[in-house]
Amino acid sequence: METMKYTFNVEKDDFVRAGEASSNIKKILRQLGIDPGLIRRLSIASYEAEINIVIHSHGGQMELELAPDFVRIVASDKGPGIENIELAMQEGYSTATEKIREMGFGAGMGLPNMKKCTDEFKVESVYGKGTTITMEISLKAGD
Amino acid sequence: MNLKDVCDKLELKVLAGNNGLERDINGVYICDLLSWVMANAQKGDAWITVMTHSNVIAVASLLELGCIIVPEGIEVEAESLAKADEEGIPVLASGLTAYKLATGLYELEIGK
Repeated sequence: METMKYTFNVEKDDFVRAGEASSNIKKILRQLGIDPGLIRRLSIASYEAEINIVIHSHGGQMELELAPDFVRIVASDKGPGIENIELAMQEGYSTATEKIREMGFGAGMGLPNMKKCTDEFKVESVYGKGTTITMEISLKAGD
Repeated sequence: MNLKDVCDKLELKVLAGNNGLERDINGVYICDLLSWVMANAQKGDAWITVMTHSNVIAVASLLELGCIIVPEGIEVEAESLAKADEEGIPVLASGLTAYKLATGLYELEIGK
């Protein structure tokens, strides 16, 4: 199998379409016959990353990369970047506004959820520039 | 238990997702924090929540939840119901509190 790549745009503050990129990613994974347990983990990780772009960023994109032995999701945005990654990784810590919290978001579980659900997880952020989150799940036998 | 029977027994009003009423409900999950639900609800669960905006449908669809039950007569936005129809997620309304709904579901031996 060759490596396949798909890209989905994610708009800031668009709560109606929020989740569509993750839904599309899930459909592709299902068509390829990926294990349902892995699809669940990837769906959770992808949704959390997508919602973060909608809530916190100036907009961005989700990229799905399928290789013979791994699935990689890269969520990147156009800023503003995370001021303190260590704090952001703490469960319960959130910079979401009151309005966002009233909608049930901003529990401070997004990044920890992504980390828990994936085999490889990396956050790169330049404050004032943007954030890129790279997540991978291994498809090798025995996993 | 079949969702249609659950609706009849607990007098739930079907607001959307009529085509999903034949499915079985395996368990119940009650929470309004979307990340928490995302991390912990299980496929086939009935999800009781007071949240009614359209992203709730996205969460239910991604997790393949059995249905959404909105308690205490809370109104659901038309936009959310349209999306629920599109995704085939039943949205059910009740005048009962989440607690009363949960005990009703328990009496039907759901998630017991």
